[in-house]
Amino acid sequence: MKSIYKIFSIAVFALAAVSCSNDDDFTQIPTQQEPDFSGTYAQNDQMGRPAVNTVFVSSSSKDMFNTTIPTDQNAAFQSMFETNLTGLSPAYANPGDQNALGLDAPTFTGLLATDVLNVSLDGTTTFFDGTNVLTGRALADDVISVELLLIFGGEDGTENPSLSDDHVDANDKPFLTSFPYLASPW
Amino acid sequence: MKNLKLVLGVSIFAIAGYFFLSADHIDAPAVSGGTSDITDFYAFQGEDTDNLVFAANVQGLLSPSASASAAFDENVMIEFNIDNTGDNVEDLVIQAVPRDGKMYFFGPFAPSSTGLNSMINTSADVTVVDITSYGSNAIVETNGNIKAFAGPRDDPFFMDFAQYGEIIAGNASGFNDPGTDTFAGTNVMSVVIEVPKSSIGGTGTINTWVETKTKQ
Repeated sequence: MKSIYKIFSIAVFALAAVSCSNDDDFTQIPTQQEPDFSGTYAQNDQMGRPAVNTVFVSSSSKDMFNTTIPTDQNAAFQSMFETNLTGLSPAYANPGDQNALGLDAPTFTGLLATDVLNVSLDGTTTFFDGTNVLTGRALADDVISVELLLIFGGEDGTENPSLSDDHVDANDKPFLTSFPYLASPW
Repeated sequence: MKNLKLVLGVSIFAIAGYFFLSADHIDAPAVSGGTSDITDFYAFQGEDTDNLVFAANVQGLLSPSASASAAFDENVMIEFNIDNTGDNVEDLVIQAVPRDGKMYFFGPFAPSSTGLNSMINTSADVTVVDITSYGSNAIVETNGNIKAFAGPRDDPFFMDFAQYGEIIAGNASGFNDPGTDTFAGTNVMSVVIEVPKSSIGGTGTINTWVETKTKQ
């Protein structure tokens, strides 16, 4: 039985080889073909700031969020973000609660619902470095700890300390100082 | 060692199955685990401070053994969107499209239409780089003041994703100190392009986001 399969597969390969060489003969003229870039490309996924869709969008709406253009996101998602934020974080349990940036729940979620990354062309680019806020996103920025702090830390960043920092502060490989900046793969 | 990686891989996916949280990895059912799933997006000043760098990663949680066979999907365009007029509508885009082992970066250019559907603008300035294969040194293409790269890289994202899952599931009351980077030892497929700031607005603040778009 086994050998029949072997013979069969050899035959298939032989056929494939023959047809390949026929094909080669047929298209012998060296064609410097331009790649085909025609057609329409339709949106699947999008991202501005880290973790926004994953944290603030309810499960049933995640695909819709990915295919809603930024100018339509606030109207479609801000109230959902606010409900999910106040449900998730004790630091936002009471009306008027703010985070360390002085943003209450409607203001904070109003900022996040339009999911674009603000980037300065005039200097330091960082999600947050202690001084600059939302001027870009550098590879080494501890964006999750920043977001946890803004979600759980309350007005002075001291509320819910066990939830406001995941205590993973850096990547598992050093980044490069030169292009392409990202570390080589494992 | 192989078994350990296998177990680790399985456990990551098991965690992902009940709670999706990370930068943008596996964020939504329609893209989860597919070739158009964006894992992360970065925009930062380059080593040459006259330049800005855009980096987008797709196809997260690649184990080292899976990385050699990972590939960009020729039906998926990665599009960087740049708004430099403050209205959150793209004024410029950079389109990254793979063809036959090369990544074609078109732009930055002003698109003729904005929004969810795009055509590739083959008349825009193009930077073409060979896609770096797993295990090879990074291939960088320079086109004037533009630099381009495409290929597998270490996932630059870090987080104790597993513990967050435990917290959300009600099995833990907080993070551990120190935490454990769930993304340690995993790779992504990266596209990186560095452009002169003068080509995207020069000064002030831009709003930027990345999209994956699939050929219809």
